[in-house]
Amino acid sequence: MYSQGLIGADSSTTESAEFLALFQARIDREEKIEPNDPMPEGYRRTLVRQIGQHAHSEIVGMLPEGNWITRAPSLRRKIALLAKVQDEGGHGLYLYSAAETLGVSREQMTEELLNGKAKYSSIFNYPTLTWADIGAIGWLVDGAAIMNQIPLCRCSYGPYARAMIRVCKEESFHQRQGYEIMMALARGSDELKELAQDALNRWWWPSLMMFGPHDSESTHSDQSMAWKIKRFSNDELRQKFITATVPQAEFIGLTVPDPNLRWNDETKLYEHSDIDWAEFKAVVAGNGRMNRDRIRDRNKAHDAGAWVREAALAHAAKRADRNAIAREAAE
Amino acid sequence: MTTEALTPLWEVFIRPRNGLHHRHVGSLHAADSAMALQAARDVYTRRGEGNSIWVVRSADIAASDPSFAEPMFEPADDKIYRHPTFYDIPDEVGHM
Repeated sequence: MYSQGLIGADSSTTESAEFLALFQARIDREEKIEPNDPMPEGYRRTLVRQIGQHAHSEIVGMLPEGNWITRAPSLRRKIALLAKVQDEGGHGLYLYSAAETLGVSREQMTEELLNGKAKYSSIFNYPTLTWADIGAIGWLVDGAAIMNQIPLCRCSYGPYARAMIRVCKEESFHQRQGYEIMMALARGSDELKELAQDALNRWWWPSLMMFGPHDSESTHSDQSMAWKIKRFSNDELRQKFITATVPQAEFIGLTVPDPNLRWNDETKLYEHSDIDWAEFKAVVAGNGRMNRDRIRDRNKAHDAGAWVREAALAHAAKRADRNAIAREAAE
Repeated sequence: MTTEALTPLWEVFIRPRNGLHHRHVGSLHAADSAMALQAARDVYTRRGEGNSIWVVRSADIAASDPSFAEPMFEPADDKIYRHPTFYDIPDEVGHM
């Protein structure tokens, strides 16, 4: 799953023009930047922020889906959902480890998520009200994530690019399992079809918002593009997603909730209604339906796990001592 | 800031199958090597990525400094006599 582009980063940097030009030349030659390489402070800060937000999104993303594991309608659906949620946890861990190569600690990132300072994708601040929402998330949210993540596999920062390759390999099952759920519902009774349509209605617009603000509003995009952290603009990726998804909806007889959606034969793109950016801003600012619940649940899990972390460290320390004594005795 | 003790960082190496080298795949946090191995299995081998795992404390790895990469590796650059193409062997001798 994914964090939308980047929310509020400061890419300003103070290095000499010569240093920046040399760095840019490496980027332009498509050289990968590796952890201890010299890099502009702005590049490092942007990446820490983006990879951190991305990792947090994976972790928080487990909550809306975890909500339905015990209520999955069959064993087949349950094992698939369990595996998917486990993958999201794994993706969070790959990404945290990529961010840590830039000199930020896991503890610091965790702290910033728990105290609400760090951002994560706005999509996870919507509730999962019915089983069909699990289908819609896999199909739309993971679908949007894949659109965003495939270009990130070629990101200029090596550890991020490598983490994204692993993530992308694993995500395609996520989208397929979601679409399969939607398809089963859409082909079921009128009532089930209505459930699927209702989920599409609620998740369509938030999914489009995952690509972030319009290019004209996206202030840090230019620098990220120049540094090849980002390869396509928000609007380009959003269009790609719409073009891929609309026929999938039609195939299972569902209607995309946009009366102005129209194929333009000249541009070869779908025209669509304006996105409700006021809603997007409100959710990013912390006023979505589930913002408070998500942070509360993460804090609860973190606090409840504190004794396990302490016990593991105490056990490790005890064993290290015992081994030291045994070594001394043997000498 | 948190007052909790920091859980050590480990680098994870996986051998995809016999006959290949172990290869670095990422890192993770764990209190000791046994837990690091278990976590590495769950995080990095969910789809048959390997049959052997090494974990090494990140703090125990000594690494060359990338800003001195040039002087470090430059001595090898001008030693073309280390390569087979440096030596002239007549074509009649055949493949050697």
